Amino acid sequence: MDNPAQIDEIRDPLQIAENWVGEGRDVALATVVETWGSAPRPVGSHLVIDAEGNFHGSVSGGCVEGAVVTEAMDVLESRKPRMLEFGVADETAWRVGLSCGGRIKVYVERLA
Amino acid sequence: MDLSALRELNADRRARRAAVLVTDLDDGSSRLLHENDTVGGELADAVRQVFRTGRSDSVEADGKKLFLNVHLPSPRLVVIGAVHISQALAPMAKVAGFPVEVIDPRTAFATAERFPDIALDAEWPQDVLARRPLDSYTALAAVTHDPKIDDFALKAALDAGCFYVGALGSRKTHAKRVERLLALGASADEIGRIHAPIGIDIGAASPAEIAVAVLAQIIRAFRTRGLEAKDAAA
Repeated sequence: MDNPAQIDEIRDPLQIAENWVGEGRDVALATVVETWGSAPRPVGSHLVIDAEGNFHGSVSGGCVEGAVVTEAMDVLESRKPRMLEFGVADETAWRVGLSCGGRIKVYVERLA
Repeated sequence: MDLSALRELNADRRARRAAVLVTDLDDGSSRLLHENDTVGGELADAVRQVFRTGRSDSVEADGKKLFLNVHLPSPRLVVIGAVHISQALAPMAKVAGFPVEVIDPRTAFATAERFPDIALDAEWPQDVLARRPLDSYTALAAVTHDPKIDDFALKAALDAGCFYVGALGSRKTHAKRVERLLALGASADEIGRIHAPIGIDIGAASPAEIAVAVLAQIIRAFRTRGLEAKDAAA
């Protein structure tokens, strides 16, 4: 749920996504769809990424954003959505993890 | 999410309309739902749940893996009356996460010195509410004790479907208020939504204690939206 009374046009990922698309950029949206244990950002949080690797918002406290951005670039190219999972249990699958010990699932899709 | 859904969702959020974006995690398709939309099947319960709690969730419904991302307008509080109770209620509500606005046309009451860091309008409620209308994600507490100031705001709050409407005053005062609101065209059912005497019963005595009782009642009203029947004891 959004906390500020008004949409913060400068920092709101969904507003930025709309603005970027309006500028003709190719844009991917990453969304936290599930969390287990202590997770830094709640379900529903967004990270918005363009094809140059620019991003706004967050899906964790900064722990996995880099990896999500890289995956998002692939999603923009393949145009196929992807489900990512991060957490201590998955460190063999993913080189980045959540130091807080939580686990999150992040859905990455291209805005079309 | 397709672009039209994104644009519609952002427009909803700017207009303080609640919306749920339902994404099918298998095929990536999405659709936007609003509070009064008819939803069938197993999805109906899940949609009701996320609208009520404001917590987004992944669910399995009707054989599909779905993600429900709910966007509720942030609840806010409008206080009619820059009185002693409001001086405690406004900062407390802010701490609890409610943006607060205090309205009182009496310039002796509505001063920045009495309400530091609080949005304050030394104007009549009808003027302020015409500019910034009430809505169903707004709570309204009328605490001036003065019908000239409170009544219009209370009627406006009932018309707008504010999730909480409270009015300060004894049962006797409220009985007279009921008569006046009926005369203004409010129905008995609508008037029944007004919490009066205001605040949950914690034996509050001081203005600050009354503020705690009012804030608790507002929080309960917000967290039990759609479950009014269970809230009848309040």
